[in-house]
Amino acid sequence: MTLIETKPSENLNIVIVGHVDHGKSTLLGRLYADTDSLPDGKLEKVQAICKQQGKDFEYAFLFDAFLEEQEQGITIDTARTFFMWKGRQYIIIDAPGHKEFLKNMISGAARAEAALLLIDALEGVKEQSKKHGYLLSLLGVRQFAVVVNKMDLVGYRQDVFEGIEKEYREFLGQFKAVPSQFIPVSAKLGDNIANRSKQMPWYTGATVLETLGGFQKEAARSEQPLRMPVQDVYKFDARRIITGRIAAGRLKVGDHLVFSPSNKRANIRTVEAFNIEPQPAEGQAGQSIGVTLDDQIFVERGEIASHQEHLPSVSTAFRANLFWLGKRPLEKERKYLLRVATKEVDCEVASIHRIIDTMDLAQQQGSNTVNKNQVAELTLRTKTPVAFDLSASFEATGRFVLVDEYDIAGGGIITELVHDDQEFLREEARRRDFAWVKGEVTVEDRAQQYGHRAAVVLITGGRHTGKSFLARKLEGRLVADGRHAYLLDGENLRRGLDADLNEEERGQTTEMARRYGEVARLLTDTGLIVVSTTNPFGLAYQEAAQAIRTLVHPAPVIAVHMSKTEEEPPPNTDVVLSGPTDFDGATARIIDELKRRGVLAQAIGAKPVFQYSI
Amino acid sequence: MKHLRQLEDQSVYILREAYKHFNNLAMLWSMGKDSTVLLWLARKAFFGHVPFPLLHVDTSYKIPAMIEYRDRLAREWRLNLVVGQNKEALAAGMNHTMGRVVCCTALKTNGLKQLLEHKGYTGVILGVRADEEGTRAKERYFSPRDKHGDWDFRDQPPELWDQYKTTFPPGTHIRIHPLLDWTEINIWEYIKLENIPFIDLYLDKGEGIRYRSLGCAPCTTPIKSTAKTVDEIIEELRHTTVAERSGRAQDEGRGMELLRKDGYM
Ligand SMILES: Nc1nc2c(ncn2[C@@H]2O[C@H](COP(=O)(O)OP(=O)(O)O)[C@@H](O)[C@H]2O)c(=O)[nH]1
Ligand SMILES: [Mg+2]
Repeated sequence: MTLIETKPSENLNIVIVGHVDHGKSTLLGRLYADTDSLPDGKLEKVQAICKQQGKDFEYAFLFDAFLEEQEQGITIDTARTFFMWKGRQYIIIDAPGHKEFLKNMISGAARAEAALLLIDALEGVKEQSKKHGYLLSLLGVRQFAVVVNKMDLVGYRQDVFEGIEKEYREFLGQFKAVPSQFIPVSAKLGDNIANRSKQMPWYTGATVLETLGGFQKEAARSEQPLRMPVQDVYKFDARRIITGRIAAGRLKVGDHLVFSPSNKRANIRTVEAFNIEPQPAEGQAGQSIGVTLDDQIFVERGEIASHQEHLPSVSTAFRANLFWLGKRPLEKERKYLLRVATKEVDCEVASIHRIIDTMDLAQQQGSNTVNKNQVAELTLRTKTPVAFDLSASFEATGRFVLVDEYDIAGGGIITELVHDDQEFLREEARRRDFAWVKGEVTVEDRAQQYGHRAAVVLITGGRHTGKSFLARKLEGRLVADGRHAYLLDGENLRRGLDADLNEEERGQTTEMARRYGEVARLLTDTGLIVVSTTNPFGLAYQEAAQAIRTLVHPAPVIAVHMSKTEEEPPPNTDVVLSGPTDFDGATARIIDELKRRGVLAQAIGAKPVFQYSI
Repeated sequence: MKHLRQLEDQSVYILREAYKHFNNLAMLWSMGKDSTVLLWLARKAFFGHVPFPLLHVDTSYKIPAMIEYRDRLAREWRLNLVVGQNKEALAAGMNHTMGRVVCCTALKTNGLKQLLEHKGYTGVILGVRADEEGTRAKERYFSPRDKHGDWDFRDQPPELWDQYKTTFPPGTHIRIHPLLDWTEINIWEYIKLENIPFIDLYLDKGEGIRYRSLGCAPCTTPIKSTAKTVDEIIEELRHTTVAERSGRAQDEGRGMELLRKDGYM
């Protein structure tokens, strides 16, 4: 046998989906057999095994490799198969159609750039036909063809084919999915797979093989605005290299980059690469690259680099469409780890708006849980601000997964930015940071000089819990240890900086918190560890604490809550002190937390090893 | 060439994810073409450095030229090489005549498990490819192994877009497979593109034979071939329809499924 192949110019990932038993694995086997793409003897070997076991030969056995799959005649997990045709290297993923293995189908489809969706002509449109169609759209696979299989079982009748086409097009139309083709085939007998069917002269469209050839490599994301999520920062040698995979757009040496949400900025000095001559000076969407910057700013994994004209959104909340695969249901108000591009942050399900039934796209409201394999619309709230995009404009930075304990348990796309109450302050911080006039001394220079990084320790709690006493004690201990710390007492601001505020403004805390935050930001910029209480804000301290966080970001805020008896601390509290206070013990715990967060080096005088970046 | 750079970008991304998420990470290196390409990709990902140890599970039955090659590259590329061996099994006389699956399980699978346990690695990078055989075609990039090192292929974790399984309960570990999407031809095309040094056992030296896949000496047989250069190998592979591992004894019958379920590479 001969294989006519030219050198492949590109890879294309294809997934085959559809209801169980509609013939996906058979179609794949047939495609390989009819194009002479199987290794020598493979077909004969499978034929011999079937004969020996007294079973009819099934093309599906070619790729259903596990013993269990062959015994039960089903596909359990996706198989990657390789197919060369007309100068293209295809990776075709055969997905399972059984609903029990939906997570495997989704894993296969998430990798795909195009899909074939199979529907059995005799059985018609079934539950998973619809679910898979809907999920393709949710997963961002917009290029697909619908293959109506087993035409041999309906006498190759055109009206049956057209009936299915009409019904399924209507379903897809509800979420605006448009397939490139409907193809009538018999996978088992080889009609319209690689060879044109003699049984269906009424069909003159593309065969499955021709359809594959017609799928396009995804349109150049390079033409979009730049998005490069930071993957890691390396310092293996003299170079400090920021690495990441460019999700959209392009960059080149000399470009001015803004990192969100920290608002750090610098110019690209070099593009680094190993064994590439001459050294590249640019990069574009899809590439995993590394750059060095002209300014030693600290950026960390999870931030998104972009150009200043097209910044990503930043918020602590967004609305999303999600599919859930977890063993236990997703619950409102439970905590999960959110991963958007390379960012990982704790989040909570703020509300579940509705569950979507993928059979009829009916919506069910008022649920507090999302069960396995369900699709839902919900709002997520994150512990700290995240940079992201809407999935309609940027695919890679507009989608996310949720991790429940050890497992990725769900995924989704971001549909809407939810404005949070910090938006104005965040805008102020962004504008301020962009225009900030920097001296020659960098944050890093100061950290090296001081032996620690800047931070804000914010002590919250009710009246007479000992907050001020602890704050003074902590300042004293830090300075005695050789740190540069300062007690910022809100009372002092009240009488000075806030003296122009009238009674009403003082009652509202907003303006006071803003001023306080800006002062704290100035002090952290000088490299100090600022110790403070929320006394001046009275009962509104929760709100004030949030405002302060937004304004001093990205300097870390270590939140300490004191109470006489057990009580629920405010969200995001790092150190909880309740009951009679042992002030020495409390001070030691806060110092441990400062070490854990990388503010303080482990030993005084030792070279600091910093884990977070500012 | 574009398709090779696409594969490279994906593999580099996976390697960097692995390095970011695993404190105790290692890469398996058998000195064959695949794991050597993998090693090269690590140098790409980390800009000339290899920031984790390379493990060689030595069965003692490797072809001597492979050991020389190993030590030379380790020196030149300043690699942190860790060699493990199931000494007990060897002392007890384990060899392929006791049965191929038995021998592979003892010397490779158990040799690897001992090494992982001893060193406490929680992430192990391997150069397996989906086109090698059926069960590998069903692997994930990040594939968990339980406390006994076993693979539960019935219940693999979801893998969505570029998000991989990087958290796992204590006592278990993750196998990382950056080369899943590469074919045998891609490996040779890349060796050529990047000019990666490889063992000349893969080339015919005038006797009309060469190795297509390298394992232990007793269980690997050369194929008939006159390919004397990488170009000739690529040309040959474009026209062959014989499976790559047809010279490997373990693949007969259900050997590979059984081996891999128990934690074989
Ligand atoms: N008559 C007929 N049977 C088919 C055709 N395609 C698949 N089948 C049979 O349908 C059954 C399920 O096929 P399989 O490929 O395993 O379905 P999958 O679950 O979608 O992968 C097998 O018994 C096949 O032989 C077809 O075109 N015509
Ligand atoms: Mg199947």
